[in-house]
Amino acid sequence: MKEKKTGRFLAALAEGKAIAAALKVVGKNATQLPGRKAINLCPDFLGQIDKPRKTLGITGTNGKTTVSNLVGDVFSDMGVKFIDNRFGGNIDAGIASALMKEATIRGKMKKRYAVLEIDERMTTKIFPYYQPQLLVVTNLFRDSYRRNAHSEYIADILGMTIPKDTRLILNGEDLMSNHLCPDNPRVYFGIEDRSVFVGETDNIIQDMVACPVCGTRLDYEYVRYNHIGKAKCPACGFGSPEKFDYAVTKADIPGRRLYIRSPKGEFDIKLLGDNVTDIYNTITAVAALMEFGAGKGRIKEAFEKMEIVKTRYNELDAGGKKLITIVAKGQNPIACSRVCDFVRKEQGKKAVVLLIDDFFDRKETSENIAWFFDTDFEFLNDPEIRQIVIGGHRQYDLRLRLKMAGIPEEKIDGCDEEPDTAELVKLSEVEKVFIFHDIYTSHYAEQVQKKLGSIAEGGRR
Amino acid sequence: MSTVIEVLFPEFCNMFGDSSNMKYLKHCLPDAEFKYTAYTDEPYFVKDKPALIYLGAMTEKKQELVIKKLLPLKERLADLIKQGVPMLFTNNALEVLGSHIETDEGNIECLGLYPFKTKRFMMNRINSLVRGQFKGMEIVGFKTQFTKAYDCEKGKNVHQSMFETEFPFIRVDKGLGMNEDIDREGFRDNNLFATYLVGPFLILNPDFTLYLMREVMQLKDAKLAFEPEIRAAYKRRVEEFHNPKTEY
Repeated sequence: MKEKKTGRFLAALAEGKAIAAALKVVGKNATQLPGRKAINLCPDFLGQIDKPRKTLGITGTNGKTTVSNLVGDVFSDMGVKFIDNRFGGNIDAGIASALMKEATIRGKMKKRYAVLEIDERMTTKIFPYYQPQLLVVTNLFRDSYRRNAHSEYIADILGMTIPKDTRLILNGEDLMSNHLCPDNPRVYFGIEDRSVFVGETDNIIQDMVACPVCGTRLDYEYVRYNHIGKAKCPACGFGSPEKFDYAVTKADIPGRRLYIRSPKGEFDIKLLGDNVTDIYNTITAVAALMEFGAGKGRIKEAFEKMEIVKTRYNELDAGGKKLITIVAKGQNPIACSRVCDFVRKEQGKKAVVLLIDDFFDRKETSENIAWFFDTDFEFLNDPEIRQIVIGGHRQYDLRLRLKMAGIPEEKIDGCDEEPDTAELVKLSEVEKVFIFHDIYTSHYAEQVQKKLGSIAEGGRR
Repeated sequence: MSTVIEVLFPEFCNMFGDSSNMKYLKHCLPDAEFKYTAYTDEPYFVKDKPALIYLGAMTEKKQELVIKKLLPLKERLADLIKQGVPMLFTNNALEVLGSHIETDEGNIECLGLYPFKTKRFMMNRINSLVRGQFKGMEIVGFKTQFTKAYDCEKGKNVHQSMFETEFPFIRVDKGLGMNEDIDREGFRDNNLFATYLVGPFLILNPDFTLYLMREVMQLKDAKLAFEPEIRAAYKRRVEEFHNPKTEY
C-alpha cells in the first residue's frame, strides 16, 4: 500500500511544477531547477512521488549519456511512452524534475516506464528513494579527481547504494565494475571478437593491475584499452566472467555492422561510428533494451534510422577539408585518451586543435591540471598529425605535456583565446582538422569550425 | 657511480598524475637509473642507498597494502632518513609515515615514524589551491584528498605543531595547510620531503625541482628539462594564484 503523501510534498510538487511552467513560458527546458526547489522544500520528495512501474537506470563513468540516448531513441521509434531526463540532468534534482513533469498535481504518475541517466557519484541521494528495476553500469574509470577521486571510490559508493533487488547489466570486460553487488541478479555484455581493438594501446592509466582480493598481479588474456579486457588472478581465482550474455561476436568496422549473440538469438545491427566505444555503447544499449523487454527486430529496425549525435561529433566539409568537432571531455583522462586514440587511427594528414580548458575553472579559479598527465597525449605523436594547436589559458601546461609526449616543438602552436586557434591552423598542410572540446566548450569548437570553414572555402592558407 | 632513483609500487601509487613526477625527472636526469619496484618485489632501498626514493598518491585500499608492505621495513626507512637519503612522498603517501589513520571503520596503524595522525572523511572531498614559500621559493600546487593531518599530541604550547616546529616544509600563504588550524603544508625531515600537493608537484614547481636535484641529491650539473615551457607555465600559474579573484 502506498504511503500517504504529505502536505509538504504536495506543496513542493506544486512549486516545482509552477517553476517548470514559468521556464516553459520563457522557452527553456525544465532543467534541474524545479527538482532542486522541490527537494529543498521536501527532502524526501523523490521518495514520495509515484514512480513509473518499470525503470531502467544507466550509470557509470563513460558512455551513460550516449547509451541513455540510444535506448530512448529506440523506445521513441517503437512508440513507447516513457520518462527520461535528457534535458533535466542526471543528479537527484534532474530526476525529480523529470518525474514531476509526468506526475499529476497529486503526485500520481502518468507514465509506466522510465529511462534515467544517473550520475554515479549521486546514487547516495537517489537510490534510497528510488530503486530502478534494471541498472546498467557502463564502466568505471578515473574521472574528475576533484569530484570523483578515483574509480575504487565510485565502485564503493555503488556497492553501498545499489538496491539489492535491482537487476544489473554489467560490462563483462570491466573488472572495476563487473563484481559490483555480487548477490544481485545480473547479466554481462561485452565484445567477444578479438580481431578488433585488442592490444593496440599502451595507456598511462592501468587501474586493475593487481587483484583487489589478494594483491597478486592479474594475468590478462587480452586488453582492449586501460583495464578493459579479460583477466584472472592466478592466486585466488578472481577475474572476468567466463561468458557474456550479450556479446558482439563479430565487429565489421568498415561495413559498420555488429553481429550480436543474445539470450533470444543472434542478429546483426547498424554500428554508429567506428571507435571501440561505439561498439560498447551499442552492445550496452542492446542489452538494456532486451532486458527491458524490447524485441531484437524492433531494436534493429530503430538502429537503422539512427545517426551519431551531432553535439558529440560533427563533421563539416569545406573547400576539400574535413573539419571535425569532437567531445574530448575535460578533466576526464580516459575520455580524452579515447579521442586521441581515435584521431591517430584516422587516415590522412591531420591537425588537432585542443580546446580542453575547464570552462568554469577558467572563470573562477586555476584548473588542477593533474589530469593532463594521466591523458595519453602520446597517441598524438604520430607522423600523420602535422600540427597541434592549443587554445586557452592552459596552453603552456599543455605545450609542456605535449613535449613530454615527444611531440616536436615545430608541430605545436598556441594562443590564449580559444576562437583564435582557427587563425593558427595550417590548413594547406592537412586534409582533416579535429577540434577537441569539453562538453561546456562546444561553442568555441563551433566557432573554430565555422571560421576554418570560411578560410577553407576562401582558399586561404 | 650511477644515480639510482627508486620509484615504489608504481602500479598502485600513480593517482592524480603523480607518476609524471618521475617521468619529468627522467627527462631532467637522462643518465639516472630508475628502478620501478613492484609491490611483490623487495624494495631496492632494503639493501642499497638510492639517490632518491619516491612514493606517489594511491587509493585508500592500496594505501593499506602499502602500509602492510612497508611496516617491516620501517626501521630501515628511518635509518635512511637519518642518513640523509633524499625521499619524496606526495599526496596520501605522506600519511603512511604517520602514526595512524582514523576512519569510520576504525584506525589504520601506519609506520609511526612521525607523531601525526590523519583523519579521513570519505564523503567530504577536499579540493584546494595552495600557494606558499619554502627557502625563498614560491610553491604552488593543488590538494585533492579525503583527509587532514593533525598532531597526535601537542606540546605545552597548544599552538606548537610538528608541522610548524620540528619538521616544517612549506609555509602556506593561501589555501589549506595540513588542517584548518595550521598554515604549514607537508613536512620535511633532513632530506625527506612529504607533501599533499599534486599537480604533479615537481612539474608545477621548477625551482623546487632544481633545488631537489642540485642541493638535495647533490647533482650539481642537473638542469630542468623543457625549461622554457615549464617556466612559462609556472609564471602563469603563480600569477593566477596571486590574482585576488582566484578562488582557492
